Amino acid sequence: MENKTQTEKTSKIRSFLSSTQRWILGIVFILVAVFMELVLVKDLGATEVTTFATNIDSNAIQIPDWVFNSRLGLHVIAGFCVGLGLFQLVRGFKKKTGIFVGIFGVLIVLGFLIWGASGSSISFTGMLAVMVVRSVPITIGALSGILSERAGIVNIAIEGMMIAGAFAGAVIGSLFGLWAGVLAAILTGTLLALVHAVLSIKYKVDQIISGTMINIFSSGLTSYLYLKFLQQPAHAYLNQSGFFKPYAIPLLSKIPVIGPIFFNHNIFIYLMYILVFVLSIALFKTKWGLRHRAMGEYPKAADTLGVNVFRTRYIACLLSGAVAGLGGAYFSLGSVGRFEQTMTAGRGFIALAAMIFGNWNPVGSLGAGMLFGFSESLTTKLSILRFPIPAEVLLMLPYVITIVVLAGVVGRSRGPAADGVPYEKESL
Amino acid sequence: MTTTKTSGEKRSFLSIFYEELSNNSLTIIILSILSGFIMGGILVVLTDPEVYKAFGTSIGSGLSTSWKLVANTYSSLFLGAIGDPAKIGAALKSGDSALILKAFTPILESLVVTTPYLFTGVAVALGFKAGLFNIGAEGQVLVGTIAAGWAGWTFTGLSPWVHVPLAMLIGAAAGAIWGFVPGWLKVKTGAHEVITTIMMNYIAYYLIYYLIAAPLRDTTQTTPKTPMILQSAHLYRFFPDPIRFHLGFFIAIAVAFIVWFILFKTTWGYEIRSVGLNPNASKYAGMSITTITVAAMSLSGGIAGLAGASEILGVTWRQSQALSTGYGFDSIALALLAQNHPLGVILTALLFGFLKSGSRVMQVRAGVPIYIINILQAFIILFIAAPAIVRTIYRLKQPSVKEVSTSTVSFSERK
Amino acid sequence: MPPILELKGITKQFPGVLANDHINIQLNKGEVLALLGENGAGKTTLMNILYGLYKPDEGEIFINGQKTEINSPIDAIRSGIGMVHQHFMLIPVFTVTENVMLGEEYTHPGGFLDRKRAAAKIREISDLYKLNVNPDDMVEDLPVGLQQRVEIIKLLFRNADILIMDEPTAVLTPQEVDELFSILKKLVDQGKSIIFITHKLREVMECSDRIEVIRLGKVVGATTPAEASPEKLASMMVGRSVELKTAKKPCDLRGSVLNVENLTVKDSHNHVMVDNVSFDLQAGEILGIAGVQGNGQTELVQAITGLKTSASGKITLLGENVTKKNPRKITELGSAHIPEDRQKDGLVLAQPVAENLVLNTYYRPPFAKGIILQKKNILANANELIKKFDIRTPSNSTLVHYLSGGNQQKVIIAREFSRPIKLLVASQPTRGLDVGSIEYIHNRIVEKRDQGCAVLLVSTELDEIMQLSDRIAVMFRGKILTTVNAKEVSKEELGLLMAGVIPTLKKKKVDTTQVQELIT
Repeated sequence: MENKTQTEKTSKIRSFLSSTQRWILGIVFILVAVFMELVLVKDLGATEVTTFATNIDSNAIQIPDWVFNSRLGLHVIAGFCVGLGLFQLVRGFKKKTGIFVGIFGVLIVLGFLIWGASGSSISFTGMLAVMVVRSVPITIGALSGILSERAGIVNIAIEGMMIAGAFAGAVIGSLFGLWAGVLAAILTGTLLALVHAVLSIKYKVDQIISGTMINIFSSGLTSYLYLKFLQQPAHAYLNQSGFFKPYAIPLLSKIPVIGPIFFNHNIFIYLMYILVFVLSIALFKTKWGLRHRAMGEYPKAADTLGVNVFRTRYIACLLSGAVAGLGGAYFSLGSVGRFEQTMTAGRGFIALAAMIFGNWNPVGSLGAGMLFGFSESLTTKLSILRFPIPAEVLLMLPYVITIVVLAGVVGRSRGPAADGVPYEKESL
Repeated sequence: MTTTKTSGEKRSFLSIFYEELSNNSLTIIILSILSGFIMGGILVVLTDPEVYKAFGTSIGSGLSTSWKLVANTYSSLFLGAIGDPAKIGAALKSGDSALILKAFTPILESLVVTTPYLFTGVAVALGFKAGLFNIGAEGQVLVGTIAAGWAGWTFTGLSPWVHVPLAMLIGAAAGAIWGFVPGWLKVKTGAHEVITTIMMNYIAYYLIYYLIAAPLRDTTQTTPKTPMILQSAHLYRFFPDPIRFHLGFFIAIAVAFIVWFILFKTTWGYEIRSVGLNPNASKYAGMSITTITVAAMSLSGGIAGLAGASEILGVTWRQSQALSTGYGFDSIALALLAQNHPLGVILTALLFGFLKSGSRVMQVRAGVPIYIINILQAFIILFIAAPAIVRTIYRLKQPSVKEVSTSTVSFSERK
Repeated sequence: MPPILELKGITKQFPGVLANDHINIQLNKGEVLALLGENGAGKTTLMNILYGLYKPDEGEIFINGQKTEINSPIDAIRSGIGMVHQHFMLIPVFTVTENVMLGEEYTHPGGFLDRKRAAAKIREISDLYKLNVNPDDMVEDLPVGLQQRVEIIKLLFRNADILIMDEPTAVLTPQEVDELFSILKKLVDQGKSIIFITHKLREVMECSDRIEVIRLGKVVGATTPAEASPEKLASMMVGRSVELKTAKKPCDLRGSVLNVENLTVKDSHNHVMVDNVSFDLQAGEILGIAGVQGNGQTELVQAITGLKTSASGKITLLGENVTKKNPRKITELGSAHIPEDRQKDGLVLAQPVAENLVLNTYYRPPFAKGIILQKKNILANANELIKKFDIRTPSNSTLVHYLSGGNQQKVIIAREFSRPIKLLVASQPTRGLDVGSIEYIHNRIVEKRDQGCAVLLVSTELDEIMQLSDRIAVMFRGKILTTVNAKEVSKEELGLLMAGVIPTLKKKKVDTTQVQELIT
């Protein structure tokens, strides 16, 4: 006597927002459109024109700048906003709400740029290119976080591993060449991760305390060594590694607009693409990935099937450190060309927010990284436009966005279930 | 595993003492600190080219150079922190008050450095007790500084009895807001306070930077600085210049005692500890997790804000843009070392304050960068957090009962 | 032919308790062996040793006559042993295929997963044993009965010949239990051998070929269903004659205490968990809410105790509308709650016994004057309650963490019962406890009811419900299907109701010689 109701799946209304929240969101979309029309458009002259410069280097095929009437541009944007708002009010986006909120954010930014750059030219392409570059440490940091958290270990020491990687990269890079520097950075990150792993797995220390300790140690040691050695003129040769030059990918970099944005950078950006790709495949399509993810969800289940929990977690942590070290190398070897004391500026923590925002998914982290990269890129460009916001306030932007992202996203996202819980063997 | 002792067997005093020692957490704390110092010493030796040169000559000269280096380092640290015992003794004997003051200057200066640590250590410990990881002390101190300073130079015609408490309260309020935001976000959205407090730190940093650059700037100065606070807002200094020891120290001690009292003697404290240890059961018992968490985080921020207020009202009297304070992570080490007990924080804050104060002299005299202190802290945290390591190193017995440790939740915690 | 499995002299000591004391067990090919014993007897430990999760201090394992070292689950799996644990070892966010093949993945060269091939094999096994499992389903979407079958498939996927099942029926309705038994018969027909761990006598009698009784870590008896009787087994399990029936006076109703009207409660994803439920509870009676875990009982209790706001409906407690009130207000009106998960919701493990005993009352005199805690009164109260409720603890300042499950539950009961209460909500009050504690708790609950308290008892243990309740309401999919007098309903009927089927026959003939089962 098979009970029919057992085989039919219970209907699940996966509504992410309560109905009031849905209404509010829809109304917000429309209100913004209204604001654009009433305030921004009115502020502009009817003939004012915005120029989006499209060429930033001579490599790609050159195309003429994109010039358009500012008001018209704003009308279009407002139109899209109203459309989104109406759709949200009537139907609601349900599962895809997050994506559409993101699109909405993009529309707002575009609108403000059109308004702000009206009458002058802004290199939108340039901004996006900077976005890609600035997203690198954050995305790589997020990948590092994914590697460790998907296996159940919280790693807030990404910041510390990055600064250590930056230091090692700079010094070894100065002595033995850039590639040696990269290798050194990776090894340094791995070493710190080993400490974190031993503390978290073997001694079952609270993972946040262990991570914090590594951050303190790392920043302390690098600052100490910097002051003791690198700053002395006699030892200046230790801190002049230089950095990797950009390399234009043949063919792809010639595509107008897209080429300069994505395909004309140095090796770190390409490594980032490769890592995102490799990790996506590895995590979700391989045997290794399945076991890795099992560790983060329900290690006991894997243990009873003969998978070695401790070994898998150790490897996950070490890989996480290696990737974080690579991310750190970006700062010195991929950007500045030397080591400076506060190079990382909290990106290791922003990376964690990116990881959460990207739902512990490599591709999601890429997108999230781009978001944060874009906010950093904005801070440089906005100051030259008609925005009366002081530079320092703009510098706050990435951090504010991190908080907003966390607040808006965390409640709805679901991370690995066994994240942060040390594994006890004999406890059934 | 359980060793049953036959009734006839007598255990020697030594073995009982040894077992007690192994189990005592004070032992672990002392050994952790000691081990931290040893690791620091090793690092100093490893990073000095002179040592390697000496080893090149012979093992003996290498060892003696190493020893001299470590001794010099730690003795400079000691001198900077406490002063020269010989000078102190002589001054006391002579009875000359000026001389005595001079001899005690290092200690008094160390107490000045300790004062903000007292506040922030208590703040972080309070956070931990409520189950919250407050790394935002840095930002909370900054906003407290500016807010208190602003009150200090803005309100004219007040007596010090009114002006000082007012300014301090405003500083505390600013810090409380800085703590409120992550706390509220945590209960309402689940955003983990580790990241949000760190973000608030950076936001505070840039905000203050901007404020000093423009709106709050003292236009008579060439470099960006705030105006000087008014005389009526100064925290009382006990001794003439250049000794900076001020009332803030005693206020901090008082705050530590107040927090201790609240935590262990009142219903509020009962609730905070309950929520920190088991929010689910606390909810069942009728406590409002939201209120308690937000209140605890705000209070924690407020106390950290007091640290900033105390600094500007008692020490610097104005704020320039050189803003790095380093209180954030330092106070975590402090709180953990004190096992999150407010009174214990008094002792550990003294330790860290003296270390920091002494490290400035150490940097000058022994050429050892002050960051060695951070490394020391990291090792001390390491040893405290994993007592098993200390026990293994010093061959103490492992405890027969599990230790209940601080724990926080991961980022993916659902409400 | 040697037995397919033999355990000789297995001994395992944990700090403070000898879990297994030189145990000898044999299992023959094609038989179902039941290991019977109450909670804490050592059965699970023994099986964990067999499966390689624990290492025995002494003893040997022989498979097909060959001595075998089992140091980890991999060794056990390679020796053809498989285990279905009491708490399922399934990853909710993985599919059936992923869960089943974890550790023994089918791969393409290079380590890439071959989900298709694995799914095909799973379908094959499912068809052979009529398990009805779809490999592409997400485990978290499956009902409990199906999840258990996924666990069984895990074993068959790895060609297990010896299957261990640890309390498999704990989460099943009586009908699902019957289905499970028929699956086991099919497995045996295919040549598998099964060890079945349980504390339930009925099942042992129904489906096993041989029975071994374990008590306090030792094998105290071996028999077969033919030779044994439930009474004999019961006394072997416990070592004394147990007063199985809690003597109960007829109920003395004294007016409505709790009235629930059209209550609907939704969970955080907006699914309806309690669907338009209404009932009335009077002082002096015990209303038992029966049902398989997950049909809304938890949410119903949460709404009544103020932990969850209801979407619609009304809850009245002693005449006051408490629908949107917070837990403290409800407690102050005179309600008490024994939570389902005592360690998570009922106690602060890292606090001392004394502080836990005032968890609901710390803010009121005499335990607080204003905001100042009155330590002396708190300690005095603790000492009194420890004596009155016989809580076994070294001192009133011992951390509750260190107490046994039964004593932890006593702390909760002492705390709740020491207030003047009008309503008692008890959720799974005896889960995981030994017989002595269970007896004690049942007596106390009935005592409260006789004193005029209204008791809402929520339990998945049918026997407990039938024993204690005056009336029984069955919850299924958030609705109360029906409410009956405890005396007028049979276990079979309740079983059907719990599975969502409303029986058309009333008052099925009850075998009057059926002995009440042990309540654990």
